[in-house]
Amino acid sequence: MGASSGIGEALARRLAADGARVALVARREEELRRIMAEINDAADEERAIAVAHDVRAADEAPELVQEIASRLGGLDLVIYAAGAMPAVAVDEYDTAKDREMLEVNLVGAVAWLNPVAERMARLGRGTIVGIGSVAGDRGRAPNPVYCTSKAGFHAYLEALRNRVAKLGVKVVTIKPGFVDTAMTRGKEGLFWVISADRAAEIILKKARRGVVTAYVPARWRVVMTIVRSIPSFIFSKLGF
Amino acid sequence: MTLNDRLEWVEGWGMAVGGAGYVFRPSDPGGVAEAIETARGEGIPIALRGAGCSYGDAALRPESVVLDLSNLSRVLAWDPETGTVDLEPGVSLAALWRMTIGDGWWPPVVTGTMEPTIGGMLAMNVHGKNNWPRGTLGEHCTEFDLAMANGESRTVSRKKDIDLFHDVIGSFGQLGIITRARLQMKKVHSGQVEVKALSAPDLGAMLSLTDDAKDKWEYVVGWIDTFARGRNLGRGLLHFARHLEEGEDADASASLSAEAQDLPANFFGVMPKSLMWRFLKPMTNRPGMRCVNLGKYLVGSTVGDEKTYRQPLAGFSFLLDYVPNWKNIYLPGGLIQHQSFVPAASAEQVFRDQLEICHEHKMPSFLAVLKRHRPDPFLMSHAVDGYSLALDFPVIRGRREKLWSMVRALAEPVVAAGGRFYPAKDAALPGDLYRSTFREGQLGRFAGVKAKLDPDRVLRSGLADRLIYED
Repeated sequence: MGASSGIGEALARRLAADGARVALVARREEELRRIMAEINDAADEERAIAVAHDVRAADEAPELVQEIASRLGGLDLVIYAAGAMPAVAVDEYDTAKDREMLEVNLVGAVAWLNPVAERMARLGRGTIVGIGSVAGDRGRAPNPVYCTSKAGFHAYLEALRNRVAKLGVKVVTIKPGFVDTAMTRGKEGLFWVISADRAAEIILKKARRGVVTAYVPARWRVVMTIVRSIPSFIFSKLGF
Repeated sequence: MTLNDRLEWVEGWGMAVGGAGYVFRPSDPGGVAEAIETARGEGIPIALRGAGCSYGDAALRPESVVLDLSNLSRVLAWDPETGTVDLEPGVSLAALWRMTIGDGWWPPVVTGTMEPTIGGMLAMNVHGKNNWPRGTLGEHCTEFDLAMANGESRTVSRKKDIDLFHDVIGSFGQLGIITRARLQMKKVHSGQVEVKALSAPDLGAMLSLTDDAKDKWEYVVGWIDTFARGRNLGRGLLHFARHLEEGEDADASASLSAEAQDLPANFFGVMPKSLMWRFLKPMTNRPGMRCVNLGKYLVGSTVGDEKTYRQPLAGFSFLLDYVPNWKNIYLPGGLIQHQSFVPAASAEQVFRDQLEICHEHKMPSFLAVLKRHRPDPFLMSHAVDGYSLALDFPVIRGRREKLWSMVRALAEPVVAAGGRFYPAKDAALPGDLYRSTFREGQLGRFAGVKAKLDPDRVLRSGLADRLIYED
């Protein structure tokens, strides 16, 4: 999910290049078809299929999971990379905008990963990867609901892991730092920016190993450990 | 029960390939009909499954109905006078010989394990160590009931329906579901066989000793030290066996009992068999298996050479059952096997090439078995007048693609020599090479029968998709 650009697209391209069959799920059909064609042309066989879908249409998810499993011949790895981070002014309280973030970043993830987890638990195998964010580690003033959606996603993934790990299913929480994607492009104050392809490379390595939580790149773990340990009365004054 | 409630992970015996399937386990013909109806209603294919002993993807197809017939396991009729038995397809080979041995009858063809079901054995048309004198199991079947994909059923007799009979058996479950089979068992006068063990210093000797023995002994099987190279390439051990004639066994009634055939419960009198694979697992790597192969050859070629002894039938026949779950030594990746059948004139060169290819790829086989074969009259037959070499390979993470490409390299000289392949063992063979082993018109005939009996291709399997159905 979220395969039409950014990390999701890079992950799909890498997986297909490694020989996997992939389903590209995203809202923008034209982009999906272009990526699908490029992947299939490069492989000289059908490795990618395109499934146009808006993750806010949560009711469609269970049927699509079934359809995709059938078309691909199974589901070994499911990555939820769909995300929305619209620009939010520091004094803006736009509930419609916030709702969209929650629907894309959290509700859509739950709608997709619930049937995926149920299926994988039944089969006793499979890997689920959720692309969260370092933003989910603290409540930051510039974007309260984006942080909320990612924090909620992290908690959901942890709970899911606690449910299904004993059944043989891996659930991997990915917390990327700044990645050069359409979502971050043009934003100020970014540092340690890595390409989407590099992020995808690291994420797939972590997914194969089945790690619990991975910061991408790893140095963010140090940063976020410090950030998480800052007391609120100090954090609130830092303007993050 | 919804279709999703039936979702299970189903894998080949080698554990290297598998997929999610909607598993039906009927215990009566009504259940078979229900599975067919459900699959047709949902528009998804059916893969047939018995005990799941095929190494690869013959008894599964991802995201399909998997019709597991192992609960259809009644013996419908048994005549101890004539040795004729009517069976449901899920009866295991173990259940069959245990029932008949007391009356002095033994299955005419047995596999290296007693786990397979009769339905599965006929679908794959299995052979044993006596393929030269006895042929395949299909040659000892006289009739069967066939449930077709359209829900209709008919009896197919070897005498009355000669073409269809030989089309269905060995067509890996693609033309219909065998719901009853009649087999002719083989009369035996003892529960023991006389075994002769000897060694051979190279591949040429292995082949010539095997050929010399094929008309003198009922069973002929060879083991090859896959790590030996140079002038020792293909060296190994041979075991020949024959049934005892009437009067040779002074206490035949004692040996002709299921209890007398039971495999030992412990190794060295103390170690439970179920634990044995855990002790073998640390040796399941190239250095370890090199030592195992060398040790086995050295023992067999010195203290064990030229020895003749008697052994219970089950003990001689079902070597693969000595160590329960021994395949777990290959976890986590599992194993694949490549068994190629090569005409006698080319066998030495082809097998020599194959053993060298394994070494060049740095992926030696961990277990190699040699057998002598003859052609049979079945449409999708795997046999030739020649030899087969079965090679086991571990599937190691990160080297899977390399292994699969080596299988292609192993198969190419077989095709060039006019050889064939055995689907029951296969997991990795490319379809183009498999299809090129058939005579002109043979696959066309298969396609014609398939189109007639199952035009919607309800019956499919991962193996059939990979090897046969090009679209």
